[in-house]
Amino acid sequence: METSEIQSKVVEVIGRYAKDKEALAKATEATNILEDLKVNSARLVDVILDLEDEFDIEVEDEDADAVNTVGDAISLIKSKLG
Amino acid sequence: MTGPDPTGTVLRPAEVLELLPQQEPFRFVDEILEVDEDHIVATYRYRPEADFYRGHFPGNPVTPGVILLETVAQVGVVALGIYLVALAGGRETVRRTVALFTDAEVDFSGVVRPGDRVTVRAKKVYYRRGKIRSEAEMTLDDGSVVCSATISGMGVPV
Repeated sequence: METSEIQSKVVEVIGRYAKDKEALAKATEATNILEDLKVNSARLVDVILDLEDEFDIEVEDEDADAVNTVGDAISLIKSKLG
Repeated sequence: MTGPDPTGTVLRPAEVLELLPQQEPFRFVDEILEVDEDHIVATYRYRPEADFYRGHFPGNPVTPGVILLETVAQVGVVALGIYLVALAGGRETVRRTVALFTDAEVDFSGVVRPGDRVTVRAKKVYYRRGKIRSEAEMTLDDGSVVCSATISGMGVPV
């Protein structure tokens, strides 16, 4: 899967929980999910579960803890997709 | 693979109730009938003398939806969460954790009057990274569903 395709799916998933829709429209790999997109930290679990379904992968809790930015999520998914 | 945590404890329903931090006048669980890793069943009878009935509504007391939702949360998030936290880390971890309400989707489909007894049945959807989500239904004694919800909360260390 192309990085751009992964990124657009990641942004779509995060968008379900993002309060700042303007920042979402301008999201890059450096965008911080909690701080820039104003996702409630309690929603991070839901983001991870949705990404698991979307990409048919399994994410361990330790890996999930390392996800801060859109780029972190993309790298994690790439590593899982192999 | 690691085995079960040696400090983990399987709590009986009465022990879960004892560890529930909410107390009068904000406890909405009388009895836990069943609890295991995947589900919980509990009952509560709304006290006719509860203060909120004076205003909701004068002369026509109806249990507020937020109170029904709180009842569902105390059963499906807090009590079930206590069972799961104890299972993983024992009673001490339960005492050091406070469960906070994070999100819910809810439908109300009936009226609950003072003195009515309700049964809440909740099924775990997931429990990960300290967050629990349940699907729950509240019924009156005649079996009619008055509230159904998908409800989540998170255990936070205190």
